[in-house]
Amino acid sequence: MTNFRDHMGRPIVAVTGIGVVTSLGVGKADNWAALTSGKSGIHPITRFPVDHLNTRISGMVDFLDSSSKGASPLTYELAETAAHEAVAESSLDSGDFGGPLFLASPPVELDWHERFSLYNSDKQDAGAERLLRVARGLKELDIFETTQFGSIADRLADRFGTRGLPITLSTACASGATAIQLGVEAIRRGECDRALSIGADGSATAEALIRFSLLSALSTHNDIPEKASKPFSKDRDGFVLAEGSGALVLESLEAALARGATVLGILRGCGEKADDFHRTRSKPDGSPAIAAVRAALADAGLSKDEIDYVNAHGTSTPENDKMEHLSLSTVFGERIGSMPVSSNKSMIGHTLSAAGAVEAAFSLMTMRESVIPPTINYDNPDPAIVLDVVPNKKRNAEVRSVLSNSFGFGGQNTCLVMAREPV
Amino acid sequence: MSSPRDVVITGIGLVSSLGEGPDAHWQKLAQPGLQPVLEAARFAPYTVHPLPEIDWNLQIAKRGDQRQMETWQRLGTYAAGLALDDAGIKGNDELCTTMDMVVAAGGGERDEAVDAAILAASESRNDRDVLLNEKLTTELRPTLFLAQLSNLLAGNISIVHKVTGSSRTFMGEEGAGVSAVETAAARIRSGQSTHVLVGGAFQTEHSDMLLGYELAGYLHRGPWKPVWQRQGAEGGGVVSGSGGAFLVLEQREHAMSRGRKIYAELGPVVSGRARRTRGELDAEIATLLSQAALPNGKLLAMSGASGAHAATSVEKTALDANPAISARGFSTLTGHMKEAQFPFAVALAALAVDRKAAYPVFDTAAEKPFEGIPASVLATAIGYHQFEGMALVKSA
Repeated sequence: MTNFRDHMGRPIVAVTGIGVVTSLGVGKADNWAALTSGKSGIHPITRFPVDHLNTRISGMVDFLDSSSKGASPLTYELAETAAHEAVAESSLDSGDFGGPLFLASPPVELDWHERFSLYNSDKQDAGAERLLRVARGLKELDIFETTQFGSIADRLADRFGTRGLPITLSTACASGATAIQLGVEAIRRGECDRALSIGADGSATAEALIRFSLLSALSTHNDIPEKASKPFSKDRDGFVLAEGSGALVLESLEAALARGATVLGILRGCGEKADDFHRTRSKPDGSPAIAAVRAALADAGLSKDEIDYVNAHGTSTPENDKMEHLSLSTVFGERIGSMPVSSNKSMIGHTLSAAGAVEAAFSLMTMRESVIPPTINYDNPDPAIVLDVVPNKKRNAEVRSVLSNSFGFGGQNTCLVMAREPV
Repeated sequence: MSSPRDVVITGIGLVSSLGEGPDAHWQKLAQPGLQPVLEAARFAPYTVHPLPEIDWNLQIAKRGDQRQMETWQRLGTYAAGLALDDAGIKGNDELCTTMDMVVAAGGGERDEAVDAAILAASESRNDRDVLLNEKLTTELRPTLFLAQLSNLLAGNISIVHKVTGSSRTFMGEEGAGVSAVETAAARIRSGQSTHVLVGGAFQTEHSDMLLGYELAGYLHRGPWKPVWQRQGAEGGGVVSGSGGAFLVLEQREHAMSRGRKIYAELGPVVSGRARRTRGELDAEIATLLSQAALPNGKLLAMSGASGAHAATSVEKTALDANPAISARGFSTLTGHMKEAQFPFAVALAALAVDRKAAYPVFDTAAEKPFEGIPASVLATAIGYHQFEGMALVKSA
């Protein structure tokens, strides 16, 4: 008889559907083929002019219908596309999902193109006064909807027939992992048998790029875009802004097996710990990230020796990679030098609000396929970071469990532990 | 029957045009015929309820921290500090490092001067995308981005008040506030958390915050009126207000073991998403009222009604249909505070329960008196555009 409860007596949470979109393509098949062949999705920016910009490359998703329509429409399409793939794989009703929705998505703002067009549709007054006057004369809700933080989730709830009030959340670059964590927790509390967790980010606008650039967070290695993201390398100089989405259908193992669903993996543990040190930097001793990793292991009921692989946050910023190494080496001790730790971001860049969900999707595939995607562009190792980053080429390996890290501005640290089998 | 895992309210932090702190709000709101604090000139033709004078130093000791934030984040961090102080948690390392946090947030303030300059220049330039790059790369303050990020209100609360158990930010107007309270309560009931800081803030005195309503024509224009009396008036019915509301929710056993004053118990928290274009809002409100497990007998309701014509009219009809309910539309006196609206409603409900007295009517024409002691008080937030929620607050 299968045990449906975990080590703390809570329902075991299974994954029964996975969807993903990145700059490498739509869907698991294309993404996995590219990822395991070490292909980069980073390319020159063509969506807007790059005059005056220090960074002129990105991992934008340029091949969807909404790719040029602004952050809100693109984020919706990314979320919808990934969720569609995940729900279809789960064989649940794609119009009547019947569980709650947790959406990690970027904060919304009125798009500059809309700002310009509203402003220039009139000549009276100036600045905000003019915008407000034009705004109240609008007859359509389209522009308004792009400025409401709950609208994307509202549309997704309509599209998939999710239950109740959808939760839209942001924990910065940990958002995707938090969306999954919220789904896991809802199932564990017995509030539902299934949940749809999505991380989606289509917000790579000029202003977003400039904001990160002003914080010196972005790589400026523009000349060979596919070489710019080089996590754990000595000459890493920032992350590459990117877009994408990941979606998981989460179900209690009991409900999944009862309806004969294929179990793709187990969401075994989640851990988090906030950092109070600084808005963008981690506490120098790494204690919050260390606590988040340990909390995830404890929640999963696994010892540190039972983790086979780490899907790193690995952004390719000088700060993150150094701190992530410090945290991992503190938790895993000497073993860290010989355990595989790779960064998907070397190929897809940093998909921000989506990253935790995209990387959870890839972590689950890593276990299912027994193939670890590489960290590419690892030509010049940072001697201060001794890790087996699975350099440049995929590796065949039995992977029974994965730790996936997500760390974000505002002291956000969220870690997920996934397993191939229920026990 | 009380249970050790009941959710109780042990800390309240409030800021609005009426003042700061639970006592100041109670004293003001308990006065019959209280007049709202209004600012009708600065954003004409819109009226707003402005922030009171606040000495930020009282809750944000470091000037350096204050400089990293704009008013919205300062306001939220300040209100959160008031709640932590009120619960006796501020400065207690052990309680702060194990405290979970769920913040309901929108976005922070943009730089209006930079935006206005770009818009002005756009009138004479066709290469607007290049203009944007040119201006933004040279004129944006680098740290302003952090003051705009939704999750950095929570980030600042961690930095300033050292709340570091977990940190989650929910977005989505009133619904974010509903989900934040609902999730925090569920965590406590299931034993996942012992004490949670939950709440939000809204700083309306910025053109973009008004634009967020006005792109759909939601703002009331012309002379101010109480929230229930704006149907048919010029504009869309919403008068916004700056404010913040944070609650410390705690497991009953945890609160008792440290001997804290309990304002009230937080009973059922329920939420919904009516498909309003299909006319489902009235049925959804009826469902929420039934799920909220209302007690027999008369009931005081702190309504977060925004004034938005359609939603407010449906809510009023639903509340009026139950003769036991005496509703108080507190937006009449505070304005609509978006993400903070539901936590504010719950806080006011808890205050009435704690003081064993109802608020007088805020609008003599549309509200009816409540005599006696309110043992339970309903809190509602029916979103001006989408999402709905309610909670029943009970005597502890």
